[in-house]
Amino acid sequence: MGRYALRRLLQAIPVFIGTTFLIWFLVWGLPGDPFAGRCGEKQCPAAYVNYMTEKFGLDDPLPVQYLNYLKNLATGNFGQTFNGIEIGELLAQAFPISIKLALVAVAAEALIGITAGVLTGLRRGSFLDNLVLVSTLVLIALPIFVIGIVARYAFGLASVSPEAPWHELIIPGLILGSGSLAYITRLTRVNIVENRRADYVRTAVAKGLSPGRVTGVHLLRNSMIPVVTWLGLDLGALMGGAIVTEGIFNIRGIGGLLFGAISRRESGIVVSIVAILVLVYLIVNLLVDLLYGVLDPRIRYE
Amino acid sequence: MSDIKVKTAPVLGVDGRSAGHLLEIDNLHVEFRTRDGIAKVINGVSYHVDAGETLAVLGESGSGKSVTAQTIMGILDTPPGFVTDGAIRFRGKDLLTMGKDERRLVRGEGIAMVFQDALSALNPVFTVGFQIAELFRKRRGMSRADGYKRAAELLDLVKIPAASARLRDFPHQFSGGMRQRVMIAMALALDPEVLIADEPTTALDVTVQAQIMDLLAEIRRDRNMGMILITHDLGVVADVADRIAVMYAGRIVEQADVHALYGKPCHPYTLALLDSLPRLDLKGQELNTIKGLPPNLLRIPSGCAFHPRCRMARDICSAERPALVELGGVRSSACHFAEELYGRE
Repeated sequence: MGRYALRRLLQAIPVFIGTTFLIWFLVWGLPGDPFAGRCGEKQCPAAYVNYMTEKFGLDDPLPVQYLNYLKNLATGNFGQTFNGIEIGELLAQAFPISIKLALVAVAAEALIGITAGVLTGLRRGSFLDNLVLVSTLVLIALPIFVIGIVARYAFGLASVSPEAPWHELIIPGLILGSGSLAYITRLTRVNIVENRRADYVRTAVAKGLSPGRVTGVHLLRNSMIPVVTWLGLDLGALMGGAIVTEGIFNIRGIGGLLFGAISRRESGIVVSIVAILVLVYLIVNLLVDLLYGVLDPRIRYE
Repeated sequence: MSDIKVKTAPVLGVDGRSAGHLLEIDNLHVEFRTRDGIAKVINGVSYHVDAGETLAVLGESGSGKSVTAQTIMGILDTPPGFVTDGAIRFRGKDLLTMGKDERRLVRGEGIAMVFQDALSALNPVFTVGFQIAELFRKRRGMSRADGYKRAAELLDLVKIPAASARLRDFPHQFSGGMRQRVMIAMALALDPEVLIADEPTTALDVTVQAQIMDLLAEIRRDRNMGMILITHDLGVVADVADRIAVMYAGRIVEQADVHALYGKPCHPYTLALLDSLPRLDLKGQELNTIKGLPPNLLRIPSGCAFHPRCRMARDICSAERPALVELGGVRSSACHFAEELYGRE
């Protein structure tokens, strides 16, 4: 397993370089000028534009700019914005907030989704099952901005405070996770329905174990394998921030930072965020794959 | 989890019935309610088993032999399966009417079961040590360490080499025969009084089959257990069983002790089954088979369910269902010509 993990980490290097390089090109491929509109109504003075172009090396060919960026990144230096703010500091402010929001969302998905999935899976065709079925359909069908704006008025939430304490993130987190929550519920239910008639469940009953243990240990453990995979990947995806949810509740996370940076052509911020997200994604993927082997001992790593 | 067992209590019926058997199935009826209609899977099966004896239940697939076992264990899938009549008395108490919790405690400790396919019957994500020790921990309140110690002893008892080292292995890491031994060890954990073995050797190689049957016979003898051996393999039962019950279309068609049944079958179905065994002295000749297919349980033939396939069938067979009649006080057969068959030389 150690060798497998090492090989996967080595594979991550070309993936990391490839993705960041692509993003670098794409950002500069966008039409627009980073210095347009920077000086009010007037055009910026030529001296300023020249100075900035010189300072950020914008006249260099793109591959050279990219390599310079990588070189700085290797020493932990993310560079500065055009306003002269350290990008590292911006990231250090925004990332913890997005991570907190993602954790709240995933916790809600796991807690509510798995519970609802198990209950409906065990009582297939019951009133509860139908109720949950319809609710999950609604959740999956509604765009997140609709749910978010309705919830904002329903709960009278204006915006989350800048330091984003945990309790203020509960409702935004629930909304962010609502789509996945519905999916987790369905996934859990399907697996419970499929496995509850399995021979090993029957064996567990024949051993005279209590119904709680049969379900909670023997049935649940087998039904959780795909669910845990989904939760892990979702955590990775949500770490990237949620532009819509963060926008609705005025949360100062990665989503908002990324959105602003793209519209201002702040390539340094965009590429830095993407670089970190790529890393997060690769690591989360690896962890999920390793966890898979822990949950299902029949899986072997070559 | 009480450790008290009622092993020494006299076997007496609760309702003042005469001293009964250790496990007694009485006029059991089970039906499967499916979309296509009601399948009458078991239509009045009665048999019993006492401590220290082995009853073999023989029949083709669909004869209801496994469903009877599942009903005894209380692991019948409901729906579609429903018990519509009858009783299953264990030590005189009806399992079908007792409370859920009381019945749960009978499982494993009173009656335990060995399943056919150990690979699917063992939980794939837990070690075999965990799965055996679980019984001691949850049913006997033992500590984890003690549970694993007892699990190792059991694996040793069923002759798994390097038993304590294999506790940490998962079911898929065992060979078929070894996996079935694990299954047997697990069934023996709580020292049951009756062991039901549902086709325990069907999924195994022929050479391994004999080892597993010997093991089961040996354990049955050592522990003085009652054993119900469910099989479709006539060869397997000859050496191990004391009595045999032959099932067809959810009924018992013949019941006798093993020598009597093999020596002089008194039902045309049993006769045909024995005839279809491959024999060394008839090498090269075509094998005898029973013509036709087992009956569709949604539409069981009128009269004797076997009559469409029976060589002896006459008009009465499709009109009237033969009752299970006693022959000479020691055996029984459900055939209109049972007396005739019994009287032959």
